[in-house]
Amino acid sequence: MHYDPVLYSRILTELTLAFHILFATVGVGIPVLIALAEWTGIRRKDPYYTMLARRWARGFVITVAVGVVTGTAIGLQLSLLWPSFMRIAGQAIALPLFMETFAFFFEAIFLGIYLYTWDRFRKPITHFLLAIPVIIGSSASAFFITTVNAFMNTPQGFKLENGSIVDIQPLVAMFNPATPTKVAHVLASSYMTSAFVLAAIAAFSLLKNRGSLYHRKALKLTMTAALVFSVATAAVGDLSGKFLAKYQPEKLAAAEWHFETAEQAPLVLGGYLTPDHEIKYGLKIPYALSILAHGTPTSEVQGLNETPENERPPLYVHYIFDLMVSIGIFLTLLALAYMWTQRRGSKSRYPRWLLRLIVWAGPLAMLGIECGWVYAEVGRQPWILRGYMKTIDGATTSMHVDTMLVLFCFLYLLLGFTVVKVLGKLFKNNEVHEELAAWGLEGGKPQ
Amino acid sequence: MNYEVLGISVLWIFLYGYLIVASIDFGAGFFSYYSFVTGRKHLVHNIIERYLSPVWEVTNVFLIFFIVGIVGFFPDTAYYYGTALLVPGSVAIVLLALRGSYYAFSTYGAKDNKVYMLLYGATGLLIPASLSTVLTISEGGFVSEINGQVHFLYSRLFTSPYSWAVVLLALVSVLYISAMFLTYYASKAQDYKALEVVRSYALGWSTPTILSSLLVFFAINGHNPEHFQRMLDLSWMFVISFLCFLGAVGLVWRRRSYGWAFLLVMLQFAFAFFGYGASHMPYILYPYINIYHNFTSEAMAIALVIVFIAGLLLLIPSLVLLMRLFLFNAGYVQGRTSKKG
Repeated sequence: MHYDPVLYSRILTELTLAFHILFATVGVGIPVLIALAEWTGIRRKDPYYTMLARRWARGFVITVAVGVVTGTAIGLQLSLLWPSFMRIAGQAIALPLFMETFAFFFEAIFLGIYLYTWDRFRKPITHFLLAIPVIIGSSASAFFITTVNAFMNTPQGFKLENGSIVDIQPLVAMFNPATPTKVAHVLASSYMTSAFVLAAIAAFSLLKNRGSLYHRKALKLTMTAALVFSVATAAVGDLSGKFLAKYQPEKLAAAEWHFETAEQAPLVLGGYLTPDHEIKYGLKIPYALSILAHGTPTSEVQGLNETPENERPPLYVHYIFDLMVSIGIFLTLLALAYMWTQRRGSKSRYPRWLLRLIVWAGPLAMLGIECGWVYAEVGRQPWILRGYMKTIDGATTSMHVDTMLVLFCFLYLLLGFTVVKVLGKLFKNNEVHEELAAWGLEGGKPQ
Repeated sequence: MNYEVLGISVLWIFLYGYLIVASIDFGAGFFSYYSFVTGRKHLVHNIIERYLSPVWEVTNVFLIFFIVGIVGFFPDTAYYYGTALLVPGSVAIVLLALRGSYYAFSTYGAKDNKVYMLLYGATGLLIPASLSTVLTISEGGFVSEINGQVHFLYSRLFTSPYSWAVVLLALVSVLYISAMFLTYYASKAQDYKALEVVRSYALGWSTPTILSSLLVFFAINGHNPEHFQRMLDLSWMFVISFLCFLGAVGLVWRRRSYGWAFLLVMLQFAFAFFGYGASHMPYILYPYINIYHNFTSEAMAIALVIVFIAGLLLLIPSLVLLMRLFLFNAGYVQGRTSKKG
């Protein structure tokens, strides 16, 4: 392959982010579920939930470690791979980046305390309260870092004059038009994904041991949370569509292969595109794009033809967008189906097909997160700062990006492999029924 | 004080914080592995793990903080250092990633896995070596800008006596700081067997530390005489640093007041590090970046300073809480309260 630092920088950044985002997502969501479980345990005086919180926390540390180190990697790579971009961005968005490290610091301190003080306090509620700063820290760092990404999509709060930037207004840059929908979508989808991942673990265990009360409680808690967060994610997703129509019409148009500006625009699912921009075999849902873009079935939606050809995003984002939306809809329906089977009370048995689907829901939710980010990022190509700086102008000129790409490939393969191995071992060595017995539940005498 | 000096002082304080906490962490990782290989694990491993477990995440933050801060206050650093440091920076990231994750894997997941412990221990020494490159190139002479393109002169870095002196200092001082801290921690834990082991490490690494400090001092003269001259103008700081060193080693030698000894170690490095930093001014990367011409806009500087103060108001009480619960909690240090859930 011909050496091209921009291409390699893009691949390496994609690789790092794609790997980091898996751990970052659960890093934001799982503390919420751990806190929910611990709170339920305290309120209902039900030790099952407390044990649930503890076991989740034990596995969570492993994922946090990988999240922290890959987050460090992306933090450094921003300057290493995109030095010219950071020269500009460093001036405009240093504020949220700086605040993000504070939030991370706060989370790091309290996570350490939380993990090592399970039996230190007389009242269990004191320990529960320590989970709150962890949640605040992790969600706040997601908030701040997402404002940085939002800024790259809708930059404002500065002026660019002859290549140097002037008149910087840090808060205006931070609270740009993309911030509200992006942050809300990131947070809701992280909580939702984490709920499905934990539900998948519970469903997997239930397939092996259907009578386990512990895993039934886990499934109930996680699926209830999953339903709430899926509905929230879908609602914010709709708002995001309206945001795109107003501020980044080319991104929405590329996702929907919508070339001619038109009213009563249909939404296209699947299909493929001929070289002269005709859609074949796609499923068209009439009026849906107009509704997504502006809330009324007849409104006008701007087409891709309005955007100069060299400023259009690649058209394959259509498939990625479709995949993300389909996964979101499927998962919401799945959570509803779970609730439906529960309508006769919690004593009834779960159908096997439902448990199998929930096992799949965990990885699917993760895939949805990846798709969402790829769509958001590729959808603003060729810009690194939409309207201001093209991606090609932001990258490093160093001669060694290809070697570094190989190096990081090995690193992520190694980390990914070990994480799976360690997490597997952690739970296998520590079977639930043994721990239940140690706590004086099932199989042992209640204390 | 103007914003430029305030900005760089804040960053330098954080880098100093990283120097201390990371040294303790890196050195402890190495000692933990070393004691494991030499069959003395049962003696020192417990105190190391008990200290490190709740704080390992915090260490990383100091570094991130410094990097984000320097790009925020002095955006041109991203451009020059970013381009020049792609390879050493990436190597440092890989090492940090291996170290951080394998620490968690070996502590929380697969206990006593030799490979995990090796990765954790070995990277503890390689990271300070790779990070010290940044300080080396800040002296100038390793980066050149031709036609607006930044080039990093690898061959010059690898053949420079100054850069090797810095690497050597980084390595031995990590072991020295860490051993001094562990000595103090072991004495607090009243773990006298561990104390004997780590005390011998501390004394053993003290002489190489001071010798390599002197080496760096004179190597700067060879590399950047102008900087050396400014260091001589601040020589009182280095003299105090040396006196602190003598005091610290003297106390440990006489088996007295390990807490004061560690405080003196911190002062020793504080005086040397701030003396070095002050004499480095006004350059961040000689001669391309200085704090006056490459500073961020005033609006951003004010915002960053406000956030910084607000952040400290949040962080300091939290850090105090962390220390009271773990570092300075007699029950926890001695292993009497329960471990993780």
